[in-house]
Amino acid sequence: MSSPVQSKAPPYRVMPGFGLSLGFTIFYLALIVLIPLSAVFLKTFTMTWEAFWGAVTSDRVMASYRLSFGASLIAASINVVFGGIVAWVLVRYNFPGKRIVDALVDLPFALPTAVAGITLTALYSSNGWIGRYLEVIGLKVAFTPLGVVIALTFIGLPFVVRTVQPVLEDAERELEEAAASLGASSWQTFSKVVFPSVMPALLTGFALAFARATGEYGSVIFIAGNMPMVSEITPLFIITKLEQYDYAGATAIAVVMLLVSFALLLTINLLQAWTRKRTGKK
Amino acid sequence: MSAVLNTLPGAAKPPAPPAAAPARRGELPAVSNVLEPAWVRRVLIGVALAFLTLFLFVPLVAVFAEAFKKGWQAYVAAVIDPDAVSAIKLTLIAAFISVPLNLVFGVCAAWSIAKFEFRGKSILLTLIDLPFSVSPVISGLIYVLMFGAQGWFGPWLQAHDIKILFAVPGIVLATVFITFPFVARELIPLMQAQGSEEEEAALVLGASGWSTFWRVTLPNIKWGLLYGVILCNARAMGEFGAVSVVSGHIRGETNTMPLQVEILYNEYNFAAAFAVASLLALLALVTLAIKSFIEWRLHETDPVEAEARNLEH
Repeated sequence: MSSPVQSKAPPYRVMPGFGLSLGFTIFYLALIVLIPLSAVFLKTFTMTWEAFWGAVTSDRVMASYRLSFGASLIAASINVVFGGIVAWVLVRYNFPGKRIVDALVDLPFALPTAVAGITLTALYSSNGWIGRYLEVIGLKVAFTPLGVVIALTFIGLPFVVRTVQPVLEDAERELEEAAASLGASSWQTFSKVVFPSVMPALLTGFALAFARATGEYGSVIFIAGNMPMVSEITPLFIITKLEQYDYAGATAIAVVMLLVSFALLLTINLLQAWTRKRTGKK
Repeated sequence: MSAVLNTLPGAAKPPAPPAAAPARRGELPAVSNVLEPAWVRRVLIGVALAFLTLFLFVPLVAVFAEAFKKGWQAYVAAVIDPDAVSAIKLTLIAAFISVPLNLVFGVCAAWSIAKFEFRGKSILLTLIDLPFSVSPVISGLIYVLMFGAQGWFGPWLQAHDIKILFAVPGIVLATVFITFPFVARELIPLMQAQGSEEEEAALVLGASGWSTFWRVTLPNIKWGLLYGVILCNARAMGEFGAVSVVSGHIRGETNTMPLQVEILYNEYNFAAAFAVASLLALLALVTLAIKSFIEWRLHETDPVEAEARNLEH
């Protein structure tokens, strides 16, 4: 199609503004994100190793890691199951009000976390709309670790749905038809054809929901009750340290959380690359 | 990249086979060849709707129900309370400063990344996304470490009597950080999918760089831009964790709307807390409505843009 001369002269030479736009991008990125973030790491270098290790492994912090990561894991798993079903239903079936339901799936993205927090607390407290029925069967949700799971499930829901949805939309239904016409049962078609193709997207959604949940603060602190050793999440512990003017201690825990976030970010990038490979998109 | 360039709109575009055309979300043709039995379908729809009702619809209704629990007059009184009004003002100020800043950044970043090839591009993309993977609490903490009394610039700022932390500039900075990637993330895949051929044509015909941008690029990206701005604004107005760390919670001075909600709630003034919260919930609903409208428009008018959005998610 294109002549060899054209392919040797890359098109970008014609476009103006490379220096200006990239220069400003890097300047602004450094000013707003990179320099402030580096402050966290530089601050911890002022601590001795023993002080750092003590700060990030004290009993109360360990309990908060267990809660934060445990509840995030459970919430992300709930979202994989139900978010997967929601994505499937939104792509494959028609029902009245589907467009509104589809739009509202993004509510946890758009609703400020503090609003979500107080609302969920009101719903699940012992005289709330949902909490009063759960109390009858002896289940306390608000001000317990279970409440943390509820809040994190709310926050993570759109990640799974919005990651799986486009993959399902692009899935080649001919393959399912072929499987069915060759005698596969609908369960076999699902488990051998559909599920493998959406699996990378499900995993990506899980990782995104998990990553968001580990750092979540606003929606959790109202419903958690924030009892040390029981229902205190790690981000809250950073705030507690800051309020005690223990900047070094707060920063040490922040470094641990940042390293976990970066590891998750890397995992998510790899998963997304895998998804693109599976679905054949460039 | 080159494969994307081939899908540009225009005469050279090969007719897409109908099967490959992106299905319009929410308007899939009724599936005649559903493989699973009808009862499975009904159960799945039932499970999905039950889950969404429990986790989304009931909380949404509850915000407004709680807000109006003590009647219309209590609601109005809570909203026009001077502290609430000052919180609303501060929230608007923070959004009015941070959204345009990140808008300019987003356009710059998208221009450099989509229109040019350079080394380290994927690293730059990852760094732009970084604020999304940082806990809001840490986003606030980093500014405490820089501008706090014990921070890098703390002593200097104190000597010159400049307040950043526990004042409006700190709130704006935290908001800028939290909403940093929104516009860039929307625009980069969109501009990559659109390619540069239209701009090149304008430049070859003698247009200057700026007029090419204003007359060719901007009209092409306007919906994507609006989409990014809407999401950026929603987050800017609703941010809680990061702002909470840097604000200092001074009533009537450094409280944004979400912080005001927290204070009222902790004072057991539930009706007032939910009244302010209902304004934020309304903002969320308006955001979702505009977002859905833009998505619908994109799918109607521009398959390239729609495809870019699919690629991105």
